[in-house]
Amino acid sequence: MDRRNFLATVGTAVGASFIGRNAKASEKIEMMGILIDTTKCLGCRSCEYSCAEANGYPEPSDDSDKLFNSHRKTSENSLTVVNKFVIDENEIYVKEQCMHCAQPACAAACLTRAMHKTKEGPVVWDGSKCMGCRFCMISCPFDIPKFEYFSANPKISKCVMCWERLAKGEIPACAENCPNEAIVFGKRSDLIHEANNRIYSEPDAYVKHIYGEHEVGGTGVLYLSSVSFENFKFRTDLGEEAYPEFTKEFLYGVPVILTLFPAFLLALSNSTKREKTFTEGEGGNGH
Amino acid sequence: MDTNKKSLSFMISELKRFFKFFFSELKPKGKVFTPFNIITGIIMLTGAVLLVIRFAFGLGTITNLSQEYPWGLWIGFDVITGVAFAGGAYVLTFIVYIMRDEKYHPIIRVTVLNGFLAYVFYAGALLLDLGRPWNVINPIIGNSFGVSSVLFLVAWHFLLYMLAEFIEFSPAAAEWLGWKKTRKVLAGLTLGAVIFGITLSTLHQSGLGALYLMAKAKIHPLWYTEFIPILFLVSSVFAGLSMVIFEGSISHKVFKHRISEEIHRSHNDIVIGLAKICAGAMFVYIFLKALVFVHGQHWTYLNSGWGLWYLVEMIVFVAIPCFIFIEGYQSKKINLIKFGAVLTLIGIILNRLNVSVIAFKWYEAVRYYPTWGEIVVTLAVISAEIWVFRWIVNRMPILSDMPDWAKRQDQIGELESVTQKSESLKWKASIT
Ligand code: SF4
Ligand code: SF4
Repeated sequence: MDRRNFLATVGTAVGASFIGRNAKASEKIEMMGILIDTTKCLGCRSCEYSCAEANGYPEPSDDSDKLFNSHRKTSENSLTVVNKFVIDENEIYVKEQCMHCAQPACAAACLTRAMHKTKEGPVVWDGSKCMGCRFCMISCPFDIPKFEYFSANPKISKCVMCWERLAKGEIPACAENCPNEAIVFGKRSDLIHEANNRIYSEPDAYVKHIYGEHEVGGTGVLYLSSVSFENFKFRTDLGEEAYPEFTKEFLYGVPVILTLFPAFLLALSNSTKREKTFTEGEGGNGH
Repeated sequence: MDTNKKSLSFMISELKRFFKFFFSELKPKGKVFTPFNIITGIIMLTGAVLLVIRFAFGLGTITNLSQEYPWGLWIGFDVITGVAFAGGAYVLTFIVYIMRDEKYHPIIRVTVLNGFLAYVFYAGALLLDLGRPWNVINPIIGNSFGVSSVLFLVAWHFLLYMLAEFIEFSPAAAEWLGWKKTRKVLAGLTLGAVIFGITLSTLHQSGLGALYLMAKAKIHPLWYTEFIPILFLVSSVFAGLSMVIFEGSISHKVFKHRISEEIHRSHNDIVIGLAKICAGAMFVYIFLKALVFVHGQHWTYLNSGWGLWYLVEMIVFVAIPCFIFIEGYQSKKINLIKFGAVLTLIGIILNRLNVSVIAFKWYEAVRYYPTWGEIVVTLAVISAEIWVFRWIVNRMPILSDMPDWAKRQDQIGELESVTQKSESLKWKASIT
């Protein structure tokens, strides 16, 4: 919980107790998420096409063989990519996009709140506020936000979990168009439940690790796999602490210093002044 | 009604006088076509052209920034390093106005001016790097406060600090313009501005380090530590003072004709004193670095190119200059101290660039390096700052003595504060 949330919660709690009403407004809405089962992915890249179409990005190249030869990352023109890995002679396809962290570093970094986490789960970007500082890119542990370097009016692009479609009651385009149900959209808690079910009912088919359940404090996008996640060049050294926590101490220190320091400096200045006045008979310098 | 009109016409005539004076002062003093002017002039013109291209067609046209390296030379050097170099102002105002060590008084104005200009130009260079600069007012007008963002705090503290430094510097401007009453008011604000300024400095010097706290997984472990903010703060002390030594020795030659008797006389004494403080701060820094190193059990990392690079930074550019400073002030070798200051400055550049650019994404196959365009724009920013600095120093009493009326004002101010104090003492005595 960041400080703002904390204050908001305290505020609501105090407010509610005063008004005597039930604090229904602060009732937690469950975070939505996406479960990606890499054992079911066929590598058809339907998600890439439907994502581009739904979000108005150029249609991806259809030369899959060539594309699969290199490890691709998401870019300013493609919010999601599918990579191919050959492990023990098995072809495994892995979709990548923004992880929609529970406590996103990108949002904590953003000084205009252009990048922010909605209470429904998606982490979205608001162009009318963004000043293009790219601090979100520095901070995101998954290197997800992308910037248009060749535009006079550059945007930050990243997957927003089809935020607008959700508002209309639809589900993300990639999840809707996956022919093999490798992408499941739903409440995060349900997805974790489902993922555990799959692991326990087919222990040979999966490693016992849901990537994203605990990484960086939990993410909205969750992965299942038959091999360990290092094989996909996923970062497994990110830790389980939410990234905004790393700056918390510093941020807490700020108001303390802002109030204590001036008082301290003033007292110090006064003490040196008096000393001078009495010992040397001259005052401190006035300018 | 009549008096209103009179005061209005008075104000207009005063304004006219001001602008006339101002424009007459705009003209350069001395020769225009010196080699320095020609070279920096060309650099600034080229920089301006590059910036037009950059704003018309995007950052990618003149920089090597990429999705992997969103921040390059403009942030890493102009902002992160430049602000550390500007640290001299808060350290010296602390020594002179809070600790009231008169020894450093002669150079306080030039240091504050340097600090102020560094912020205006280098922190101003931040705007060049923004993709959507028209939204820069958002975090300021409060349309959307990202209070959980370190960058939000840094931005605000930059702004407020510039204001504080401007107030600290303003009496000199008032003396130049001959505004006696205004100067008195401004001089009265100095202590407040100083206290405010020092507080903000400690926060944003460390805040610049705190920017990288969330880049934990991206910075080489030899440079990443949760103590980056404290290390940045401590190193800004000797970075700033080394810059004061360095700039001072240059100003001494370039502005010979402007330098007051007082500065001239005290120059060596001041340099030796600053060397002492630098050595102390560097000792603390080395100690903290060692603590982080041992605590993080970083021995294994030493056995690589990165380890060697780390040792070069720490030994050649921190430990050695620290000893040079000690030797310099013990045997009063001014030139040795100046050499130490230069080494220290290089070390700070290395350190800040390591955290922000060089050891950032150290595992990446394709590395960032600046384009010539980025370098030219950086040089243009530095040139512009030097031009403005020179213009001010050649006109206002920065290195030269302040006018007699201003000295008298200060003396009266002191007298007043002394009598006030004795009055209040008398008053206290009378009620007990
Ligand atoms: S993956 Fe990166 S961009 Fe996506 S929510 Fe997390 S921090 Fe933000
Ligand atoms: S680039 Fe935009 S979205 Fe990213 S941190 Fe800066 S202001 Fe926020």
